[in-house]
Amino acid sequence: MSQSDFYMGTTGPWEIVIGVEVHAQIVSNAKLFSPAATKFGAEPNTQVSFIDAAMPGMLPTLNKFCVEQAVKTGLGLNAIINLKSIFDRKNYFYADLPAGYQISQFLHPIVGNGYIDIDKSDGATKRIGIIRLHLEQDAGKSFHDQSPTRSFIDLNRAGVALMEIVSEPDMRSADEVMAYIRKLRTILRYLGTCDGNMEEGSLRADVNVSVRKPGGLLGTRAEIKNVNSVRFIGQAIAFEVARQVDLLEAGQSVVQETRLYDAPKGETRSMRGKEDAHDYRYFPDPDLPSLVISQDLVERIRAQMPELPDTKKNRLVESFGLTPYDAGVIVSERETADYFEDLLANIPTFKQAQQENKIETLQSTAKLAANWLTGDFFAALNRSSLEIGASLISPSRLAELIELIATDIISGRIAKDVFVEMWETQQSAKNIVESKGLQQITDIGAVEAAIDNTLNEHQDKVAEYRSGKDKLFGFFVGQVMKVTGGKANPALVNELLLKKLNG
Amino acid sequence: MPNNSDLIYLTLQNALKGLINKDFTAQELVAAHIAQMDATHHLNAYITQMADHALNAAKDSDARIAKGETRPLEGIPIAMKDLFCTKGVRTTAGSKILENFIPPYESTIGQRLLDAGAITIGKTNLDEFAMGSSNITSAYGPTLSPWKTPANKHCLPGGSSGGSAAAVASFSAIAATGTDTGGSIRQPASFSGIVGIKPTYGRCSRYGIIAFASSLDQAGPLTRTVEDAAIMLQHMAGFDEHDSTSVNKPTPNYLDEIGGSVKGLKIGIPNECRMEGMRSDVLELWEKAAQILQDVGAIIKPISLPMLKYALPTYYIIAPAEASSNLARYDGVRFGQRVEGDSLDELYMKTREAGFGPEVKRRIIMGTHVLSSGFYDAYYVKAQKLRTHIIQNFQQTFTDIDLILTPSAPTPAFTFGEEPKDPVTMYMNDIYTVIANLAGLPGISIPFGLSKPEGLPLGMQLIAPAFEESLLLKVGQTLYTFAEKDPVQALREIV
Repeated sequence: MSQSDFYMGTTGPWEIVIGVEVHAQIVSNAKLFSPAATKFGAEPNTQVSFIDAAMPGMLPTLNKFCVEQAVKTGLGLNAIINLKSIFDRKNYFYADLPAGYQISQFLHPIVGNGYIDIDKSDGATKRIGIIRLHLEQDAGKSFHDQSPTRSFIDLNRAGVALMEIVSEPDMRSADEVMAYIRKLRTILRYLGTCDGNMEEGSLRADVNVSVRKPGGLLGTRAEIKNVNSVRFIGQAIAFEVARQVDLLEAGQSVVQETRLYDAPKGETRSMRGKEDAHDYRYFPDPDLPSLVISQDLVERIRAQMPELPDTKKNRLVESFGLTPYDAGVIVSERETADYFEDLLANIPTFKQAQQENKIETLQSTAKLAANWLTGDFFAALNRSSLEIGASLISPSRLAELIELIATDIISGRIAKDVFVEMWETQQSAKNIVESKGLQQITDIGAVEAAIDNTLNEHQDKVAEYRSGKDKLFGFFVGQVMKVTGGKANPALVNELLLKKLNG
Repeated sequence: MPNNSDLIYLTLQNALKGLINKDFTAQELVAAHIAQMDATHHLNAYITQMADHALNAAKDSDARIAKGETRPLEGIPIAMKDLFCTKGVRTTAGSKILENFIPPYESTIGQRLLDAGAITIGKTNLDEFAMGSSNITSAYGPTLSPWKTPANKHCLPGGSSGGSAAAVASFSAIAATGTDTGGSIRQPASFSGIVGIKPTYGRCSRYGIIAFASSLDQAGPLTRTVEDAAIMLQHMAGFDEHDSTSVNKPTPNYLDEIGGSVKGLKIGIPNECRMEGMRSDVLELWEKAAQILQDVGAIIKPISLPMLKYALPTYYIIAPAEASSNLARYDGVRFGQRVEGDSLDELYMKTREAGFGPEVKRRIIMGTHVLSSGFYDAYYVKAQKLRTHIIQNFQQTFTDIDLILTPSAPTPAFTFGEEPKDPVTMYMNDIYTVIANLAGLPGISIPFGLSKPEGLPLGMQLIAPAFEESLLLKVGQTLYTFAEKDPVQALREIV
């Protein structure tokens, strides 16, 4: 580990130890044990079955799709899939927990040990262990701020399927935690098992933070619950570490407790202490037999796994010649990666190079596409505050523009203007180029004529150049481009101009 | 055409025949039972009577019969234990906490019976949340048995399906549904002189039946004859995708084996059931039952069930543990009774304090205790291990024998007001029945004789391997045929 991750206290460096529990809502049309819908933002209590409301005599029946989603996620986390797992009841009373217990998996989760690799800011990767993933139900939602004397309850979320993913305490800084959550989120989104939307609560993280003298025994941890953005998680950890170190350096001790992060104040505060911890009285749910899945099912799911970000990134670097940085940016969101792959597939030059195994053309085209994607395209999305899914230019349209550049029909300079117009008018690149006559001039005679005109008009400058003022070359290029309306092929201009001036 | 008041004495089979032959109408049949329900009102067998509903349903049945669209249980008046949710009809579980609960759904079993043409005439009384062996824990008052002591005192019908047993024994319903978690069908059947079956765990759907202890609860019928029990079970049993513990196995024709020979069947008599201080009349009747079976060709074998002594303690850990969790949903938040409080915790405490009776509270407290950290391993885990041993003990036993014969209960019915006041003594009444629930096996109680000197019914229990209900019915019918006194005649004499 790197020394730079230590927190410097007044008594010296402190090592930060963090483990994370993520609750990820499974993408599924129905709940874990009932057929009720799971759509976010529906009118309160409109997506509640008799089972979710724990009406007398109602029984849970397991949604097999959710099981498959958990297995898929387990495989995506390089984890052991347990062919037999057991649902337990976690008993506690709360108004938004209709049955008085949550169905969860305690001793025998569906997924065991695994890991993911996170990308550190210095470009290195670090492996973070996953202890387990288990299936459980979500609770409903309580609203305490609608009336001074009453609380209101929305059971739409009650019974929705969650995966609780528990990491090893392998993280040593807030940056690592943020990278872990981002990476986990990316993987889940690639797999299509969780939409990763932290604002809507479909991905929630509880962070267990402790500090110790480097190499010392593990300190007492505090758990920070339900912080709803990656940025806030970073801030919460920073505050919590400073708080714990201050306590320890003042000769006090850290209390094992659950803390809440107050984002506006930027601080964590105690929610409940260890002595208030519930006795959950876990026991196997007698309404549900052991969950037994076949190795066959696991293999079927394995065979349908999408390419995950790490593999995709390697492929983009090794086969397409992208820089690790660009590849990293492209794979970080599944939508971006999908857009990029779709883009390449629509560029004829790229496709042909792929078929004919012309590595150089393939890589230069891929790089061109990557530059456009991460450059002008991202900038335009940002300016319009749009997600990539809502982009005003489809991959095939952008591909058309890139094909025009790759085949020297237009220059990169002209392409920037064409792109802006495409974005504004939704017209195709070809239409814009043709209607405005923006095709590059690659005809030697035409370029020569333009050069001759320019040199004629600026004979004084030609004399100066020939007497040794080399720097004037740029001036001539600019003049030729000006005369041709920017359409002359720059390489051709360079070549011919050099010949004429020196000749 | 028979006198209408005699219609109540018909067996299910004969009532069906009479309806099809148009000897009487479904409306007449139902009306006769409603009249009997009114005449036996003092027994308090019903929490909710459904006379209007039943008469309307009977009209539909008559219309179907007229059109020749008769269903297998067309027009048969049955009583439904008030633990089965009934769509649009109040369902209380015998508890105050569900005093005003009207389910918007029907239990799977209720639906199957309705689909077969049966008519529900009322919801029967029961021990609160099916927790009891005497029907005195109901929030709606105790049910009395039609049976009386020589001193003319009413007996209790047993529990928890006591209302169902009293209804069938007093002829206000041809058959009734019950549930059996530790003996709650078989013990009241035994106390009331009728037939009761607890099917194999998973044979009948639990969906829509208010849960007591999920791994032990199983629904079954209470009837006056073995054949009627077979017919009822036929229409209650079967796989249900809404109950994950329901078993997907075809339902045999339960009438098929009835009347068949028991010759060569090996029947085990567990030594451990011969308790110290056992009542001599119960012991004698048990021996007589074995003798009769031997006389008709069965092979009687003494067997050992060494795990029997652990059955009650095991049961009284597992059942309350599950109940404590199952009953957590009665919190006053979404349905049922609510007593307001200044905080959520206060609302819970006041609601549950007012809504639950003492026996339910006792079991919630026991169950919460055995599951709590620090005690879980000592109680719950140990009880689960014992349960596994008990299951293995039975599996081993059934490699040598076909059936087990025991008394259904160690005593005849309790006299109202003189029932045991100490819960442990009351729990002891389940000694012979709980083993079938713990092992998930089917059991039947057959009315076989009368106690001495009181002349109260005593039942014999048969336990079979899983899904061998047909075997229970076959051997049960043999015992029934050789009962000391014709069971239906005995009931007619007391009503």
